[in-house]
Amino acid sequence: MEFISQHPVLVAAVVKVLILLFIVMTALAYLSYAERKLIAHIQSRWGPYNVGAHGLLQPLADGIKFLFKEDVTPPASDRFIYTMAPFLALALGMSTIALIPFGPPSVRFPNGEEAFSVADLNLGLLFVFAITSLGVYGVALAGWSSNSKYSLLGSLRSSAQMVSYEVSLTISVVGVVLLAGTLNFNDLIQSQHGYWLHFIPRWNCFPQIVGFLCYFVAAIAETNRVPFDLPEGETEIVAGFHTEYSSFKFAMFFMAEYANMITVSCLATILFLGGWLSPLPDRWTWQIYLPGAGLLILAAYCAWDTVAEMRGIARLQFAVVTLIAGGAGLLCLIPAVAETIKGPFWFTTKILAILFFYIWMRATLPRFRYDQLMSFGWKLLLPVSLANLVITAAFIVFWPLLRHP
Amino acid sequence: MSIPVILFFLCALVAVAGAVLLILAREPIHSALALVLVMSTLAILYLLLGAPFIAAVQVIVYAGAVMVLFVFVIMLLNAGSEERTNISRLAKPIGLPLGFVLLLAFAYFLWRSPVGGAIANGTGSSNDAADTVKLSEMLFRQYLFPFEATSILILIAILGALVLARKES
Repeated sequence: MEFISQHPVLVAAVVKVLILLFIVMTALAYLSYAERKLIAHIQSRWGPYNVGAHGLLQPLADGIKFLFKEDVTPPASDRFIYTMAPFLALALGMSTIALIPFGPPSVRFPNGEEAFSVADLNLGLLFVFAITSLGVYGVALAGWSSNSKYSLLGSLRSSAQMVSYEVSLTISVVGVVLLAGTLNFNDLIQSQHGYWLHFIPRWNCFPQIVGFLCYFVAAIAETNRVPFDLPEGETEIVAGFHTEYSSFKFAMFFMAEYANMITVSCLATILFLGGWLSPLPDRWTWQIYLPGAGLLILAAYCAWDTVAEMRGIARLQFAVVTLIAGGAGLLCLIPAVAETIKGPFWFTTKILAILFFYIWMRATLPRFRYDQLMSFGWKLLLPVSLANLVITAAFIVFWPLLRHP
Repeated sequence: MSIPVILFFLCALVAVAGAVLLILAREPIHSALALVLVMSTLAILYLLLGAPFIAAVQVIVYAGAVMVLFVFVIMLLNAGSEERTNISRLAKPIGLPLGFVLLLAFAYFLWRSPVGGAIANGTGSSNDAADTVKLSEMLFRQYLFPFEATSILILIAILGALVLARKES
């Protein structure tokens, strides 16, 4: 107890990390559900719909299945590294999320701690890049330690791809840093406050449109997603670097992939889409009631679904969902609550939009060929992001001179 | 003990253990990973010294870029485990004590030098290293020539490696 009272900052950080961990774990599970469901609907299928109403308990069933499957370790593998690799991948994927501010720093706990970010660092952006630059090890070591041809080929491809696209990813972001003149996430977001012509938000994705596109493409390649999912080219190298993995270690690679997706979406939101700032002009004060209204509409839909479509146990489950959504919606209509959650609400909405785009692309695009991937990364993406950087820097230096000679 | 002190001893211990493992490991990839461990813990030590920029760059450049290439090459070459030879007869009686003396000498001179003394007294850390703006001003104004000269030197080294590695047609 003495330790707790002596280190209030440490205790607050641990509590926030635990809460964030719970939220992120749930988000990871339901991201896999959303991915399956969305792809299924785009391809005119149903997707998961047996476990729970609308298949909503499917992630839980998947988790239990992974936990109880036999965990096979290939006899010729390097045991220590083979076991460490999935843990490393997941730990690195999740730890970056601790640096993300999900809401404005003005919202604080009674003891003065920022409510919506675990670690508000001065060099936040740099530390995110430091952690993501280590992400290659999880993939590379997994492939090498499995001692299998397919795994090794997959991990070689994957690490080459990640190293190549990391360069473009970092350079495409520097333009934004030059404009804002800071590496702190909250300051980066604050620098995008305001409007052009009173209604277009001053987000970096407009002046830095080239940087935004470069970042987005590089981020997809960095997270090994379609159309850059060469490490998992099923038709060529079975399942790539995690061919030999089974049971929960296999699941950990997937969780790491989803965690990385969330991280790059958070970064895109912060750097280019105004973070927790609202896209609507400040003078529209009614906008703080949007999350509550959205939840109430969801509750109304669920209520209609419960009465009209559901039968048996699913009806009971959906009645519970209706009550939760409706209760949360009413809670969010209280002005004080609405004012508090507007930052996280816009932040999550933007992240979800980017994630939807990710999944949409997976359902739509075919895979690149390996040489196409490499020549695209080095011969097109890198020069374009470099040119963007040079033009931005030149603009920042010469624009004031032109205006006040 | 305060938390930074505990963290320091933890990281110092892991760094030294990693360095020893780096030499003793037989598999090249284990050595490379031990080096990654050393570099990551060094980054935390930089953080404790109040130099977050250096810490982040240490991880990005060394652990994230240089060592990834090392691991990559080791994987590509599929280098087998090292063979052990018997330690040289002179090494045990002479080499080990001399090495220990060298370590003590380093510690002594670092302790007596103004820099080391300042660090030991807790007055060594200046805010210049913590401030990215000041750091970049030093790099691109005060030390611009050495900085650029070093980068050209590295470029020359890369070109030299390319020339050496090119096959004669």
